[in-house]
Amino acid sequence: MNNMKKMILFALVLSFVNLAQAQSEKFKSAMKMNISSIDSSYTNPQNLLSLSNSFERIGNAEKSQWLPYYYAALMQLNYGFMQKDMSGGDQYADKASSLLQKADSLVPNNSEISCLKSMIATVRMLVQPQARYMQYGPDIETNLEAAKKQDPSNPRPYYLKGENLKNTPEQFGGGCAAASESLKIAKEKFNSFKPASDLSPNWGAQRVNILISGCK
Amino acid sequence: MKWFFFLVAFLPFSLLNAQVKISGKLTDNKGKSISGASIALASTYDGTTTDSTGKFVFFTSEKGSHFLEVTMTGFDSYIKKLVIEAEPIELNISIKELITELNAVVISAGSFEASDKKKTTVLSSLDIVTTAGANADITATLKTLPGTQQVGDMEGLFVRGGTATESKIFIDGNLVNNFYYSSLPGIATRGRFNPFLFKGTVFSSGGYSALYGQALSSALVLESTDLPLKTEASLAISVIGGGGGIQKLAKNKKASWGLTYNYTNLALAFAVIKQKQDFYKIPQYHELDANFRFKTKNGGFVKYYGYGSWNQLGFRAQDIDSSTLQNAFSLQNLNTYQNLNWRENIGNGWKSFVGLSFSTNKDDIKNELQDPNDNKVLITDPAGYALKNFMVKNRAKYAQARVVFEKRLAGINAVRLGADQFYSDEKTIYTLFTGREFTSEVKDNLTAGFAEADFYITKDIAAKLGTRVEYSQIMKSWNAAPRISLAYKFDKTSQVSFAYGIFYQNPETKYLPSLHATLGYAKATHYILQFQRLKNQRTFRTELFYKNYNALYKTEPNSNGLLLAANNGGRGYAKGVEVFWRDKKTIKNLDYWISYSYLDTKRDYLNFPGSRAPNFAATHTASLVLKKFSLPLKTGFNASYNFASGRPYYHLAFDPSKNKYAVKDEGKTINYNSLGFSLNYLPNLGKKESKSFIVWVLSITNVLGQKQVFGYNYASITERKIPITPASKRFVYIGCFLSFGVDRTQDTINNNL
Repeated sequence: MNNMKKMILFALVLSFVNLAQAQSEKFKSAMKMNISSIDSSYTNPQNLLSLSNSFERIGNAEKSQWLPYYYAALMQLNYGFMQKDMSGGDQYADKASSLLQKADSLVPNNSEISCLKSMIATVRMLVQPQARYMQYGPDIETNLEAAKKQDPSNPRPYYLKGENLKNTPEQFGGGCAAASESLKIAKEKFNSFKPASDLSPNWGAQRVNILISGCK
Repeated sequence: MKWFFFLVAFLPFSLLNAQVKISGKLTDNKGKSISGASIALASTYDGTTTDSTGKFVFFTSEKGSHFLEVTMTGFDSYIKKLVIEAEPIELNISIKELITELNAVVISAGSFEASDKKKTTVLSSLDIVTTAGANADITATLKTLPGTQQVGDMEGLFVRGGTATESKIFIDGNLVNNFYYSSLPGIATRGRFNPFLFKGTVFSSGGYSALYGQALSSALVLESTDLPLKTEASLAISVIGGGGGIQKLAKNKKASWGLTYNYTNLALAFAVIKQKQDFYKIPQYHELDANFRFKTKNGGFVKYYGYGSWNQLGFRAQDIDSSTLQNAFSLQNLNTYQNLNWRENIGNGWKSFVGLSFSTNKDDIKNELQDPNDNKVLITDPAGYALKNFMVKNRAKYAQARVVFEKRLAGINAVRLGADQFYSDEKTIYTLFTGREFTSEVKDNLTAGFAEADFYITKDIAAKLGTRVEYSQIMKSWNAAPRISLAYKFDKTSQVSFAYGIFYQNPETKYLPSLHATLGYAKATHYILQFQRLKNQRTFRTELFYKNYNALYKTEPNSNGLLLAANNGGRGYAKGVEVFWRDKKTIKNLDYWISYSYLDTKRDYLNFPGSRAPNFAATHTASLVLKKFSLPLKTGFNASYNFASGRPYYHLAFDPSKNKYAVKDEGKTINYNSLGFSLNYLPNLGKKESKSFIVWVLSITNVLGQKQVFGYNYASITERKIPITPASKRFVYIGCFLSFGVDRTQDTINNNL
């Protein structure tokens, strides 16, 4: 009888330990699954929103993890950027911004989060570029500058800067020539960039190559 | 035994693995399926996103009580408690669409809005300054919109058969009494205020909100800018003067102050561009303005704007009664305007807006009859000549206190309550050629209370209901003016709106004190029906309107021959149709708009003998405005063409035998045509390293030199009649604006991307 009690106790303890491990395994595998399906989502942009919802559910369930909110916001922004008519961008920026706020409160002054803040401002600006550049232009810039400072090894602020410049008309100080320096730095930094974990942000390198070759 | 216990202990865990299917369909309250909505089992990973038919399905291993959350942008949130056991769960969920500013109908009958914030506006703030021929004058730009008249000899907005005094201008809710520089005979003066001071403009050609009053025809509501984006200094040099300013933004970006000074002197311009009149005192203006703005702790905002201007001018023109004598007119003006505004969140969803304004105006006018050698002459026979020697001193003080409380109810429904107190004191000292002085002073205290509510019955049907109540000390009576606007949106791009309202106005001070004790308020009733379609950067709108004037003021001469308000027996009407079309898309990089107004109006007012079309109203008015920016040339090209059919004119003369005015002569002026052109050249465009930003401006009015006649002046003694024409055929303006410390490139990108 004594043995049996011990055994049950042992079994219970074991199951809790298992449960805790399973919990974090569950987080990792759910995140990995979602992250791995990002690339294939671009063919059907609607999937980006489904992914965002899925990331958000993980974030809400975990509460202490910033990455699910980060990815959920990123999916909203990518969806926003893929719209042909950018005039409806505010709703994706609003959603991304409320998601990103949760990530920001978990890890303040994070370089990756600053990058997304800059992208939110870009989406908002593109809604009505003529009228909104004054308001959001400085936001786009200051967040990228902050991102560079917060993590000098992060290639993404350089990539985003290059992308923005490439898309700005030459007469306003944009174009390939203006973008080339940022893109070059981005490429170098991507070459030596090691994500902190296999769930951490690790995107943009391919796009830099496309931008560079598109400028040749 | 052992194994039994062991199994029991582990049973719950294995049960967990049996997944339960949760599925269903999501619709809105009209039964339309909603795709892309998030369905989540709160605090778990489980959930899904609705498909294109609104259907959803997912499996969960969770057991027991859980909350199912449905979220979709633009819709009410939905939470339902589920008890998950072994059975699959099927749910049909319906959620309500929220009414937001983005999807709701806009009540727009009668009003044109220029703003950068809202998507539905027809003009942007920069349109105000980049319209050719307008020379960055706010009201000149508004004259390219339907409903306004091309009047070149008097300042102000003449809207839908109304006089300029029937249009009132408000800055941040406060009335501006001397918006324009002091009137000059036969010359339309400009507005005093720099259009860059304002971030939003609402021009209502009728049916405006109960928040404003004392204007029978139109309200122009200007909203001043908040904090500047950066600290900057600016410098301006032009053919008519120069100026400089600074805007300082505090480091915490919560407060700012600014100071601007401008000096205008037309000596150089008049030396090159010949004026019809002989300016013996060249127009000179000194203008100073100051502002401070700061954010308050509770998310409120305080703004102060102060303005002071001193100017003088004097010109001679041939006297209308004689071919040898000259009439010399001179004016000195000192004007101050101060406006303090405080908006605050006061709890429970209420917001308060407090506004205080104080302004003064001082005119010293001197008129002389002069011989060909510019010496004063006094001819007493006939006496009419001597009367041309006079002086007028105008001294005016105005003050206003205003408070508005606003509460947002569910969605974007809102109620607004408020009150205004206006004080005015206008004193005129008239000095006859004999030196005898006549003084008249008119003081008024006008109290107004108003209430207004915005109702959104659905996102497609909205109503704005309001009432304004006023009591004027002069009128010694109350008035109550109801205002109603309705709007219905029948698809994403098209809507109809309707506005109805009653508007009251006091007589102009110059017709006071009245000859008889009891005068009522002049009254206008507006009916406006509008159709609007906004799609793909193209705007089409058309309005039908009918305005009925009751109780307009009739004037009669007093014993000195001065016209004063006598009774409210006047009446009139205005009806018409207007069309506006703006297209930024069809031709690449070209933005244009066309407006057309048809107006049928008649009125019996002031000294008119009976009902007739007023001399400021043209039947047909049309404008074409073009804007094109060339990136390679770093230059913006703007052109505008304004047309108005001929306006009636009258010679009204007093017939002492019948003790009333009679029409001695009448006619119609030639059609009005004017082509304006302006060019903005931005040499530093895109040069990120340059520390200053330069804008060169070239602007030409009436490029083709078309003949313009605004009406006729009639001699009082002899039988002469002379046309009222512009002071010069055309005007050319060249200026250079520099700013430091801020990249003005953004302004340009703003305008042209």
